[in-house]
Amino acid sequence: MIRESAYTFKILRYDAKEPGSGARFSTYRIRVIPGLTVLSVLIRIRDEIDGTLAFRSSCRSAVCGSCAMVINGKIDLACRTQVAAFDTDTIILEPLPNFEVIRDLVVDMTPFWEMYEKIQPYLIRKSPDPEKEIPQSEEDRKRIDQFVNCILCACCYGACPVLAKEPGYLGPAAAAKLERFALDSRDERSAATLEIVNNEKGVWGCDTLFRCIDACPKDVRPTDAVVGLRKSLVKNRFRKMFGKANHEA
Amino acid sequence: MLNHDILIVGGGLTGLRAAVGLCDRFNVGLISKVYPTRSHSIAAQGGLNAALTNNPDSRDDSWEKHTFDTIKGSDFLADQDAVEIMCKEAIKIVYEMEHWGCPFSRFPDGTIAQRPFGGAGYPRTCYSSDITGHVLLNTLYERAVAKGVKIYPEWFVTGLCIEEGRCHGVVVLDLARGELIPVRAGVTFFGTGGYGRVYQHSTNALINTGSGIGMAYTAGAPLKDMEFVQFHPTSLIGTNILMTEACRGEGGFLFNNQGERFMQRYVPTAMELAPRDIVSRCIQTEINEGRGFDHPLGRYIQLDLRHLGEKKILERLPGIRNICIDFIGIDPVLEPIPIMPCQHYSMGGIDVNERCVSEVRGFYAGGECSCVSVHGANRLGGNSLLETIVFGKLAAQAIGEDLAGGVPQADEKPILRLKDEVEKKIRRLTEPGRERPYRIHAELGAVMNEKVGIFRTRQELEQALETLIGLKERYRDVGVSSPARHMNYELTNALELEYMLEVSHTIILGALLREESRGAHFRTDFKTRNDGDWLKHTIARRGTDGAPVISFKNVVITRYQPVERKY
Ligand SMILES: Cc1cc2nc3c(=O)[nH]c(=O)nc-3n(C[C@H](O)[C@H](O)[C@H](O)COP(=O)(O)OP(=O)(O)OC[C@H]3O[C@@H](n4cnc5c(N)ncnc54)[C@H](O)[C@@H]3O)c2cc1C
Ligand code: SF4
Ligand code: SF4
Ligand code: FES
Repeated sequence: MIRESAYTFKILRYDAKEPGSGARFSTYRIRVIPGLTVLSVLIRIRDEIDGTLAFRSSCRSAVCGSCAMVINGKIDLACRTQVAAFDTDTIILEPLPNFEVIRDLVVDMTPFWEMYEKIQPYLIRKSPDPEKEIPQSEEDRKRIDQFVNCILCACCYGACPVLAKEPGYLGPAAAAKLERFALDSRDERSAATLEIVNNEKGVWGCDTLFRCIDACPKDVRPTDAVVGLRKSLVKNRFRKMFGKANHEA
Repeated sequence: MLNHDILIVGGGLTGLRAAVGLCDRFNVGLISKVYPTRSHSIAAQGGLNAALTNNPDSRDDSWEKHTFDTIKGSDFLADQDAVEIMCKEAIKIVYEMEHWGCPFSRFPDGTIAQRPFGGAGYPRTCYSSDITGHVLLNTLYERAVAKGVKIYPEWFVTGLCIEEGRCHGVVVLDLARGELIPVRAGVTFFGTGGYGRVYQHSTNALINTGSGIGMAYTAGAPLKDMEFVQFHPTSLIGTNILMTEACRGEGGFLFNNQGERFMQRYVPTAMELAPRDIVSRCIQTEINEGRGFDHPLGRYIQLDLRHLGEKKILERLPGIRNICIDFIGIDPVLEPIPIMPCQHYSMGGIDVNERCVSEVRGFYAGGECSCVSVHGANRLGGNSLLETIVFGKLAAQAIGEDLAGGVPQADEKPILRLKDEVEKKIRRLTEPGRERPYRIHAELGAVMNEKVGIFRTRQELEQALETLIGLKERYRDVGVSSPARHMNYELTNALELEYMLEVSHTIILGALLREESRGAHFRTDFKTRNDGDWLKHTIARRGTDGAPVISFKNVVITRYQPVERKY
């Protein structure tokens, strides 16, 4: 039989509606079987011990991007992290950094989505649509694979040191999304659409130290996107300098 | 008061597709209790069906054959006119999604890849690796952003306003601010998804409570065919995370504890790719008769992918492999996956026609929360993603046509009355103490699982009904810990619980009345299909005493006369 073990959960609590009460840790002791995820323990705590605890969840299978948080100092999805994954029976949970807290582990994602919307996160076509599919080779499909996998969980956004200093910075997820389309063989966006990230708050602001790659639960490499976008921007500049006007990126 | 021509509730595939189809011509608002990309549609893995004939083995496939497979799969309970429309539209909407940027997997010739799925005569399931729902939902969300659809994320609808046969709008709890907001709309459309979480074991997201279905029903819209609940054959033991049908479509085997590929005893022709209702019953029978494996998390059967080889598993089923490693510590390249059947899909739902029109003026519904019916008594894999996008599109067309003469002005007064009611309800729920919502939820899940499951009998259904009535009684005393209204998930859970109980009531009663076995509804005391008495839809309306009142509706039969369903 699998035996239960006792765990101590320390969870950072804060309510933006009552800023006076400040941030504090609540401590919960709970017996669980190993193999349980941090999310399932959070649910048990809210159900059985403290109904006021706030956190987000939906798919419980690491695909919807709801439950990013700091777990014993590491940013990850609560639903894919096993309580037994640590060398300790104390688990400390904090909200995702680089965001304002609304309540407990729930942060205000608005800036994340605003940046997402800004980079025109959709396929742009100029040619008329064919009757059937726009052909795409298996190879071209593979090129966008890692960026397609992004679940918009913002783990990377929480881990990014540049965002910590410069809240207006593009951020890793938006860069990855832009590159997903810029690299898509079907996309026909003009070189001008990349200009929005051609500045210090855009791809040139990145320190390329890969924190976002470490944090990503889906093996997306946002830094690859940053580097790829920089190359495209440089190429576009040379094209312009030598007068070869070319609207395709 | 917030006012929209058209209000769409649901940020899944259905809701987004409807919004994208209407936002150019009307003032549209889209409400979702989670950010749209957190909707359950994101989790779909396997694919969606359309007779594109891209697969070398499907060159003579056609939408007519897709139609026939769907009707046969439905055990002849689907409305055949609606199925025809869906299968014809399928081809168009797959190309449309592709043109909008959906990154489908490709065949070497650059066309959209297609794989075999259960109950289908040809490999016609279009996919993107094992993240098809993810790519479809992202593509539609991207389209919505491109078109500037007005979206209200993390707005939780607490009640639907219907008075005198007309829908006026909804009352919403803004989760971040904790405020109640009345919303007036000429037309309200629900794409609120399924009710999986009324079962203890379900593949569905935690947010799939079916509150939309329950809300429509309590407000006065009838439900259809609620007794038909799909149990998926292969969910991971413990968490019940889905192991997509594509595992078997790509060639996976099922083994019992004798090392036997037992499907050959039941359906030697289709084997593992028989339709879901049949495979689920076979697995459950193996387990019940002692041929399962024992595990502290439950008895199981093995889903074996090892013979597919590492390369194919990594290419076609990478997400499945990651889930197995992350959630149960097993690498399917090296070991078989421990699986059990569990609740997966809601065939029944809000009663609408093939234009997504309900009986209530100004109220439309589509996708998993609705019942057109295109799935009848059993849905084929890959037909639900299809349904969401097809009927999201067709609903938009129908609403556009119906509003061609002008947008009706909804009345404010009924919505304000509803707001007062919700206000009272919340106040009562936030009085301290008494019954905790999670306990009632847990007991509901257990009874639905044990007594309204894959195999059903009169006796057990009657017991379930009694338990349910007791739980409804206890619900009156539910209270939550905090009166705060912002991000108070215990409060929203308690509000949803009311609707979960209502939805369950209709499922149990429908199952009790339907004395036959058809598709996913299997009565061990009435083991055969009985077309003479039961080739009809059940319609549930809420009676004045709070219990459902069931009536019947004919099935639309066009070209395909019901015959025995053999594979
Ligand atoms: C694990 C899994 C895998 C699947 N794989 C496949 C597959 O491969 N192929 C296939 O064809 N089908 C598959 N399905 C089925 C298919 O995914 C669903 O039927 C479909 O995605 C439902 O879409 P929807 O738009 O109707 O609802 P959902 O995607 O569930 O969206 C519902 C929306 O309504 C909102 N909502 C609900 N209630 C409220 C409320 N009270 N207030 C405000 N908003 C509310 C939610 O926020 C959400 O945005 C799968 C299902 C599961 C469980
Ligand atoms: S590599 Fe760039 S985007 Fe990634 S964390 Fe570092 S600064 Fe941020
Ligand atoms: S890149 Fe990775 S960490 Fe960042 S949002 Fe996407 S999935 Fe999450
Ligand atoms: S709950 Fe969906 S990613 Fe964790």
